[in-house]
Amino acid sequence: MRAFLGFVRKETLHLLRDRQTLAILILFPVVQVLIFGFAVRTDVRDIAIAIVDPTPDVATLELRERVAASDRFTVAQVLPSAAPLEAAFRRGTVRQALVLPDEVERRLGRGDSLPLQLLTDGSDPNTAGIMMTYATAIVDRWYRDQAPGAGGLRIEPQARMRYNPTLESAHLFVPGLLAFVLTIVSALMTAISIAREKETGTMEMLLVSPIRPKAIVVGKVIPYIVLGFVSVVLVLVAARLVFAVPLRGSLVLLLLESGLYIVTALALGVVISTKAPNQRTAMLAALAGLMMPTLLLSGFIFPLDSLPKVLQWLSYVVPARWYLTIVRGIMLKGAGLDTLWQETVILVGMTVFLLAKGSRGLAIRLG
Amino acid sequence: MRTVFFLVRKEFLQIFRDRTTVFQIFMIPVVQLLVLANAATFDVKRVAMLVVDEDRTTVSSGLVQRFQAGKQFRVVRYEATDADVDHALLDREVTAVLHIPRRFEEDLVRRGRAPVQLVLNAEEGATAGIVQGYANAILSGYAAELDRTLPTGRRPSPRVAPLDLRTQRWYNPTRNYKHWMVPALMVSLTTIIGLLLTAQNITRENELGTLEQLNVTPMTKVQFIAAKLIPFWILSMVIFSLGLAIGKLVFGIPMLGNLLLVYLAAGVYLIVVLGIGLAISTVTRTQQQAMFVAFFVMLIFLLMSGLFTPVDSMPDWAQRVAEANPVKHFVNIMRAVLMRGAGLETVGPPIVGLGVAGVVVLALAVLRYRKSVA
Repeated sequence: MRAFLGFVRKETLHLLRDRQTLAILILFPVVQVLIFGFAVRTDVRDIAIAIVDPTPDVATLELRERVAASDRFTVAQVLPSAAPLEAAFRRGTVRQALVLPDEVERRLGRGDSLPLQLLTDGSDPNTAGIMMTYATAIVDRWYRDQAPGAGGLRIEPQARMRYNPTLESAHLFVPGLLAFVLTIVSALMTAISIAREKETGTMEMLLVSPIRPKAIVVGKVIPYIVLGFVSVVLVLVAARLVFAVPLRGSLVLLLLESGLYIVTALALGVVISTKAPNQRTAMLAALAGLMMPTLLLSGFIFPLDSLPKVLQWLSYVVPARWYLTIVRGIMLKGAGLDTLWQETVILVGMTVFLLAKGSRGLAIRLG
Repeated sequence: MRTVFFLVRKEFLQIFRDRTTVFQIFMIPVVQLLVLANAATFDVKRVAMLVVDEDRTTVSSGLVQRFQAGKQFRVVRYEATDADVDHALLDREVTAVLHIPRRFEEDLVRRGRAPVQLVLNAEEGATAGIVQGYANAILSGYAAELDRTLPTGRRPSPRVAPLDLRTQRWYNPTRNYKHWMVPALMVSLTTIIGLLLTAQNITRENELGTLEQLNVTPMTKVQFIAAKLIPFWILSMVIFSLGLAIGKLVFGIPMLGNLLLVYLAAGVYLIVVLGIGLAISTVTRTQQQAMFVAFFVMLIFLLMSGLFTPVDSMPDWAQRVAEANPVKHFVNIMRAVLMRGAGLETVGPPIVGLGVAGVVVLALAVLRYRKSVA
C-alpha cells in the first residue's frame, strides 16, 4: 500500500510539475465554455440581403425598412436592377436577394398581380430554408398590411420551446461540452501518459518493481480523476456565472454521473494505451479517433434523430452519447435517476467492460 | 539543398517504417470522411410527434393527416386530452407536441383564423428551429388548401392584387447537405492530422534525444524547419487528394470552379497549418505538452471556422477574431470554388492572406527553434 501511495504521489508530481500542460488543462474547459457561449450560435441572423427595387415608392420603402429593422437581416445593397446579383452571390457578399417588380404602389392600387422573387444562396440547405422562412414572413406581413382584406384562411401556430425557451446556445452546448472535454482530456491524458512510460523505457522499471501492473494503472489514473473533476466543476461554474445556465436537477447526481463518466473515459484511455507502442500512435488513436466521433456521433452538434439508421446504431457504442443524454436530462429538464437509470446502467456496463479489457491487455512483460 | 533532401528522406523512412502510424494517417481521415459525412446533418427526418386533438372534426383530422403524410413527421400518439404530454417530452418519447384546441374548425369557418399550439423539445436548439419551420410549412400549406375547399363567408375582394412570391435556391438545387459539409469535413480532417503530426514531431526528437544529434550537425535552422515541413506537406496533400476523390466519387460533390485553384489554396493553407504545428513543437518540450497545445488551438480554429455553425451569426467581435482563423478562410474558399464556381477574383485575396500568414508562422518557427540546449 505504501508503495502504491508513493507511486500515486510520483504521478501527481509529474502532473503538477508540468505547468504548461496544467495551465492548458485548466484553461481549456473555461475557454471552451466562453467560446461556445459567446461566439458560436446555431441560429441564423445578420443575413446579408440585397433588395432590387427598380421604382422606389412608399410601399417598397416600407418593405425595405421592415427588412432593415429585423435583426435577422442586414441590407447589404439596394439595386435598381437584378443584373449584378449573380456576381454578388458568387463573391459571397450577398446571401439572399428580394427582387421587386416596378411600380409596386400602382399595382397594389389597381389590383394587378404582384410578382416578387426571393433568391437564396442554397449552398447550405438548412440555413437556406431558415432564411427563406424569415424573408417570407416579412413579405407576407408587409403584404397583408398593404392590401388589407387579402389573404385567406390562416392557421396560427404558437410555438413553445420546452426546456430552453430562448434557444440560448450556451444552454445547449454546456452539457455537450462537458462530455467532450472529459472524453478528450481523460482518455488522451491517460493514453499518452502510459504510452510515454513505454516509449521512454520507464515502464520496464515500473514492471520489475513490486507494484502490481493493475496498481500501476490505478495509480496512473487517480490524479486524472481529480483533474477531470476539476474540469467538471470549472465548466459548471463558468456556465453558471457567465451564462446563467440552469441546473434544474440534483447537483449531487450530476457530479456522481460525471465521476462515473470520467472513469469510463479513463478506461478508454487505458485500452488505447495498451495497444499503442508509442505516443504518436496513442495520440492519433485518442485524438483523431475520438474527437470527431465525440463531436458528431453524440448529439453534441448534430441531432441524433437525423442520423441514418446504421450510424444511430454506431452511436450506441459512443459513451459520450449516453453521458450527454444524462447531463442534458439533469441540467435542462430536471430529470432524476428514475428517468435516466437506463443510460446510467449502460455507462456502468461500458466502464466495466473497458476496465476488464484494459487490465487484461496490460502485459506483465513488454514486447 | 542536398541536406534538406536527405532529411526529408529520413522523415519519410521513419513514418513509413511504422505500419500502425501509416495506417492511422491514411485510414482515419478516409473512414471518418465516409462515416461522418452522413452524421453531419441537421436534416431532421421523421420527428416523433404526439397530437392532442381536442377538436376531433374532419378539418382537424385532415391536419393530422397532412403531418403524417410528409416525410418529416411521424405521429406516434394521437390523444384527446393533454394529460401525460409532459412525461412524453421528458422521456424523449416525442420531440414535438401538436395541440389542436377545441373549436378549431369552427374558428376557421367563422373567423378565418384559428390557433394551434406547437410544443417542441428545445434541448437541441437547432433541431427545434428546423422542426418549427417544417411544421409552419405544413400548417400554411393546409390553410391554403382549406381556403379553396372550406365554405366560408369571407372571400377576398377581386380588387386586391394577389401576391405572387416565387422562391429560388441557388447552388445546391438538390438540397444535398453533404455537398455543403463534405468539402469542409475534408478540410478539418486534413488539418487535424497535419497539425498533430507536425506539433508532435520535433518534441519527439527532443524526448528521444535525437534532436541533440541533429543540432550538432552543420545544418542551418531554415534547412531544419524546411526538412520538417516538406514531408508532412506532401503527406497532407495526398490525404487532401484522397478526400477530394472520395468527395467526388462517393458523395458526388459539385466541382464548378477550377480544381487548380483548390489545389493552390490547399498548398498555401497547409503551409500555414503545418507551420503552426512546427511553431508549437518548438515552444513545447514534451510530446504531451505539444499535443495539448495543438489540440487546444485546433478546437478553437474548428469551432470558429463556420464549419458547423454560420459565421454570420457570430457577434461582431467574434467575426473579427475569426478573420485570423486560417481554417475559416480555407473552408470558405473550398465552398466558394466548388459550389459556386468562384474564380481567382473572389478567392485571390484570402489566398494571398493565407500566404502572408504562412510566411509569418514559418519565420516564427525558425526564430523560436534553438540549436543550443539551455
